[in-house]
Amino acid sequence: MQQVTAPLRRDPAPSRAAYRMHRLWLTPVFRALLRVGMPAFVVTMGFGLYLSDDTRRAALGDKVAAMTKSVQERPEFMVTLMAVDGASDPLAAAIRNLVVVEFPVSSFSLDLEAMRAQVETIDAVKSADLRIRAGGILQVDVTERDPAMVWRSAQGLYLLDDTGHRIAGLTGRDARPDLALVAGDGADRAVPEALALMAAAEPIAGRIRGLVRMGERRWDLVLDREQRIQLPEDEPVAALERVIALDQAEDILERDLTVVDMRNMQRPTLRLAGDALARLRGEEPTPVTRISGELAGN
Amino acid sequence: MTDLYQSQRAMRNMRRAAMQRGVIAILDVGTSKIACLVLRFDGPERFREDGLGSMAGQSSFRVIGAATTRSRGVRFGEIDAMQETERAIRTAVQAAQKMANVRVDHVIACLSGARPRSYGLAGDIEIAAEQVTEQDVARVLAACDVPDYGSEREVLHAQPVNFALDHRSGLADPRGQNGHRLACDMHLLTVETTALQNLLYCIKRCDLELAGLASSAYVAGIASLVEDEQELGAACIDMGGGATGLSIFIKKHMIYADSVRMGGDHVTSDIAKGLQVPMATAERIKTFYGGVMATGMDDREMIEIGGDSGDWERDRRKVSRAELIGIMRPRVEEILEEVRARLDAAGFDSLPSQQIVLTGGASQIPGLDGLAARILGQNVRLGRPLRVQGLPQAATGSAFASSVGLCLFAAHPQDEWWDFEIPAERYPARSLKRAVKWFRDNW
Repeated sequence: MQQVTAPLRRDPAPSRAAYRMHRLWLTPVFRALLRVGMPAFVVTMGFGLYLSDDTRRAALGDKVAAMTKSVQERPEFMVTLMAVDGASDPLAAAIRNLVVVEFPVSSFSLDLEAMRAQVETIDAVKSADLRIRAGGILQVDVTERDPAMVWRSAQGLYLLDDTGHRIAGLTGRDARPDLALVAGDGADRAVPEALALMAAAEPIAGRIRGLVRMGERRWDLVLDREQRIQLPEDEPVAALERVIALDQAEDILERDLTVVDMRNMQRPTLRLAGDALARLRGEEPTPVTRISGELAGN
Repeated sequence: MTDLYQSQRAMRNMRRAAMQRGVIAILDVGTSKIACLVLRFDGPERFREDGLGSMAGQSSFRVIGAATTRSRGVRFGEIDAMQETERAIRTAVQAAQKMANVRVDHVIACLSGARPRSYGLAGDIEIAAEQVTEQDVARVLAACDVPDYGSEREVLHAQPVNFALDHRSGLADPRGQNGHRLACDMHLLTVETTALQNLLYCIKRCDLELAGLASSAYVAGIASLVEDEQELGAACIDMGGGATGLSIFIKKHMIYADSVRMGGDHVTSDIAKGLQVPMATAERIKTFYGGVMATGMDDREMIEIGGDSGDWERDRRKVSRAELIGIMRPRVEEILEEVRARLDAAGFDSLPSQQIVLTGGASQIPGLDGLAARILGQNVRLGRPLRVQGLPQAATGSAFASSVGLCLFAAHPQDEWWDFEIPAERYPARSLKRAVKWFRDNW
């Protein structure tokens, strides 16, 4: 419907320029350019212009550095002392010597991961857990390694844990008489096997002097009275159990023999002492003095 | 002829480009309003679960922007004042773009006036091979003898309507069939070149590319005739503001189109003259109280006409509605008589079905169907355009029949002469001529 009264009205038609502008504005590329490109350009340009001056850039850097420093050095973030838990006193002292921190220090400048790695380089430390406790305390929780064996090597006596890792040196065998003794090169790499053997040898525990690693591949169980049980490379525990069963049945280890050779399971061999055969036959024994090599030091 | 052929092909390519971009505008430049719809094409139609396409295949597009503005500078469906029309087109296009929020570059336009004239063309050829090929179709189309329609006219539509092979007629698609003699009937619609060029110039001034042109009588027929009517034979009468277009359809092809240079605006001006009121008031009175069939009640119904003569105290004229109908009816009758004459001239009587569908803004006069039935024949109904997706409620009335028809035309244009292949024998002759011309020019 058209209006009844028709006063002089403004022309509703857009001008040619307005029409073209409207069409341009509806062009997607132009629109994206104006709405995203233009503000991005202005911001980047302004920033670039501001930073193009050296002194401004330096001042900005200083300001940022000062601000970070002021935040980091707030008393809430300062660490004032170190607490070591779960370590014996000498180990704690060693840790304190190793991890040198000038207290008080901001917690932002402590690299806990690196410090943990450093602590774990100590042999006696199984694992370490470092954290910063409330109250500005650097808490070091340490799990020590438990000694399981004594190893006599060419370099000296060492304590080993149940994985064969070295814990510490030992001044003498007497210091830890409760632990079993192993000897020979590569003995530390076969500690779990040695532990299994020692467990299997429980019935003759009183007679055992130690285990010797032969050629870095198999074990010899050395008993007192210079007796040895030579064990095979494979399944040494079974072989040992067989010997112990023989011993319990026939008391062979009580007899006058020097070596029980189990290296070949199909062919167990016994080596009698020099004069044992003569004694068996009722002859006069000839006295012999023998010194067993590896374990002579004890 | 070849120029036209080329320009129509260029328009088809433009339409294809617009389809690829997915957005096209349609522009209906009428005498009383200019409508612009922006269509979005979503590719080929998606079928529903039951396998049926929805809405007769026109769900492939939807209207995303629609705007109408009062037309200025258009008379009898032809552009009268270029600047004014250009501004009105700009208004409509900008508003539609704003609603759609996309920029449209391609536009399909229609024009209602420009004295359309229909020609029936016939041509036949002997076909060389047994089977009819695309080339044969092209040749038979080229063989149609084009009448001398004058130098100031331009071909708007050239649609092959019927193919006949030997004695079999009424073929829709003769390709691949066996026969010896192929004949073809073509419907050619020409309009005045000047009116066309004015419209093209206005559209060009609005930075738009023309992707198609159609006669508004034709597109109104597409929109408001139902499929059966198009198949069995019907006439669509599009009663616009300044011109009344009529088109006759049979077998889903337009076979005749014409336009009467009278319309609703003439009724308005009759009222304005008869009642001594301004045109705007006359328009309002016509829309609110208009009618063509007087009853006894109408003598008593008084209309305050509010003539804006500046004398509010004295000028309180009233007319009865019967008086108003008395003014309107002769003009409407005149229009319908004129339409009747055109239909008779076209041989509408001999069609098997003589359905007549009235559409267009002026067909909304109450009682028009009764009046039209007396003048045009018994089978008269009022038609509203097909419903298309996304069309605003305000644009679903019968005044928008040609706009909606243009939408359908944009989605599925009928194959016209220029959509077929160029006959092979045309090529060498032209290029030979060109070569000779080039030699002459250069030596």
